[in-house]
Amino acid sequence: MNTHPNITLTAGETALVEALGASANPAAAVTAEKIRARGLPTRRVEPWHYTDLRSLLKAFPGVEGEWGAQVDLPQLIDSFVITFANGSHVEGELANLPEGISGTASNSDMAPPEGVVIEADTIGDINRALSANGVSLTVADRAKVAKPVSLVHLAAGGASQVLTHQVVVGEDAEAVFLDRNHSSVEENHQNIVTNLAVGRNAKVTWLVDQELDTATDRLAQLNVHLAEGADLQLLILNAGGRLVRQEVHVAVRGAGANLDIKGVNLIGKDAHIDVTTTLAHEEPETTSTETFRNVALADGNGVFQGQIRVARIAQKTDARMACNTLLLSDAADFSAKPELEIFADDVQCAHGATVTDIEEDHLFYLRARGIPEREARALLVKAFVEEVFEDLDYEALSEVLTTRIENWLDRNG
Amino acid sequence: MLEIKNLHARIAEDGTEILKGVNLTVKDGEVAAIMGPNGSGKSTLSYVMAGKEDYEVTEGDILFNGQSILELEPDERAAAGIFLAFQYPVEIPGVPTMNFLKAAMNSQRKARGEEEMKTPDFIKTVRGAAEKLGISMDMLKRSLNTGFSGGEKKRAEILQMSLLDPKLCVMDETDSGLDIDALKVVSEGVNALRGPDRSFLVITHYQRLLEHIVPDTVHVLYKGRIIKSGDKSLALHLEENGYADVIGEAA
Ligand SMILES: Nc1ncnc2c1ncn2[C@@H]1O[C@H](COP(=O)(O)OP(=O)(O)OP(=O)(O)O)[C@@H](O)[C@H]1O
Ligand SMILES: [Mg+2]
Repeated sequence: MNTHPNITLTAGETALVEALGASANPAAAVTAEKIRARGLPTRRVEPWHYTDLRSLLKAFPGVEGEWGAQVDLPQLIDSFVITFANGSHVEGELANLPEGISGTASNSDMAPPEGVVIEADTIGDINRALSANGVSLTVADRAKVAKPVSLVHLAAGGASQVLTHQVVVGEDAEAVFLDRNHSSVEENHQNIVTNLAVGRNAKVTWLVDQELDTATDRLAQLNVHLAEGADLQLLILNAGGRLVRQEVHVAVRGAGANLDIKGVNLIGKDAHIDVTTTLAHEEPETTSTETFRNVALADGNGVFQGQIRVARIAQKTDARMACNTLLLSDAADFSAKPELEIFADDVQCAHGATVTDIEEDHLFYLRARGIPEREARALLVKAFVEEVFEDLDYEALSEVLTTRIENWLDRNG
Repeated sequence: MLEIKNLHARIAEDGTEILKGVNLTVKDGEVAAIMGPNGSGKSTLSYVMAGKEDYEVTEGDILFNGQSILELEPDERAAAGIFLAFQYPVEIPGVPTMNFLKAAMNSQRKARGEEEMKTPDFIKTVRGAAEKLGISMDMLKRSLNTGFSGGEKKRAEILQMSLLDPKLCVMDETDSGLDIDALKVVSEGVNALRGPDRSFLVITHYQRLLEHIVPDTVHVLYKGRIIKSGDKSLALHLEENGYADVIGEAA
């Protein structure tokens, strides 16, 4: 079989090749062959420069379709819940979806929604080879879906969970999606690809909420197409996991479209959390803002890569990106890489990245008023991150996300 | 109340000595004023009392009600009853003033073994104190000191002082940045807090403040030492003649 001089595989790669070998999907053999020949991407492969997948992926448990345990994750806010436990769809009859939205089972063989472009890449390759389940949701034109829809992903029992979702939001429609991710304490893995097409003048809030256990790895990808006048607020909260790579690829392909990404990465002990975004502004008069606040403690390692491409015809693009990090320990680290490729001349693009420590003068002021050091620090850290989730389009989320941040800080601070 | 004995302190980072043997006693209920040229060490003295880590005490002691406070953390000193109204209060974006006030009041209560304040009582107390100082509740909804004008910051310091009910109030140039009317309001606020159990250390450059808050004693700090002490007439003398003769006398 082997035609390439193979490299020596790491334990993670070996396990991944094994999992691919167990799949009947022809794509699996191709992906396995690629990995056998070249291994997973290392820091020498540019998009993975700060996340050396080859050395960071320590394990790849077998892909598990079955699920035996009880599911009991409290709702974030009242919503229609669709739960996947490993590869099984265990909760949320698609026939009972809220009015205006319909759904069927999906998998990686399904073509992505019209407009969503998927580039060949590692996360996508693994997903295509191993995904056996997912949902395909369609919000009808002009439908204002009153109830948010939660997509809950639970990885448990030392398994790999590989899912693919397709979501199409019709013209002038409105919807809120809560993409939630949890896992058990065993060594689990998630690979979830979601393709989202937001139609003309539609308005969507999409939350990616990750509070995986500290032994779970996650490779996730959100591929988005924004039509004319479409408005997407994408919220990302990373508050767990071991190796986490969250990719967001957005094609802003309709004039007047607006994208707002707000993210908080809470990076604890032994965690490596990478958020990589690529935004392509391809039509005139579109806007995007990206605001990330990160807190890294212990030996936590964070990465933000933000690429913005502005096509020649995309005049009057307004793209802004800010990534501010608070490092709470000397061993913590954060790498930010903004990247602008601008081919139009009449555009506004700005990016800024800062890495700071808590201001000693602020800490002293609070302590001089009687607030003990630990509490004073927590107040300052909260102040730093919580601002991001103030005044969200979907107001009810502000409070729950703030509470989530506070809980994390109380546990880890 | 307060006894500062032969206090020497230096900047931790580079070892520069700023306080070179300060001696000062403030009795219960006394209002002591500290004056002195720019850079003489007045703010440094206030920071050392509050426990700022930028400074190292190399010699001497600070006794508060007979106990040395040098080993106490800043928050422990605050809970013990020492309050510093800062010359330059810092802006802390993202921390709502009300949350901060509540955290401060309840931390101090907790440290003293008292019960925490319930929210309705807390709001009532703050509203009452703010009104007296001409501070609007809207201002308190904003982030701590963030975007406050110079005068608003000083008023906010005095608001904190009145809410935290300290035993020793160290006020570092509270008068700077206040307009004439605000100076009156703030002085009245301070005078209302005067009492036999509470002492004040008022750092100022101007006699004007001392017309409103009449001191019992006045001390001149120069190059890290108290070079002259007297009663309120000393402040008048300085106002008229400047520091030259006092410094000359000491030399
Ligand atoms: N953290 C520090 N780092 C460097 N220099 C310092 C520091 N703190 C104080 N100093 C220096 O020590 C001296 C005394 O400063 P301090 O602020 O105590 O003076 P002050 O009497 O309060 O003056 P002013 O009347 O201008 O407020 C000054 O020369 C100042 O520059
Ligand atoms: Mg000063």
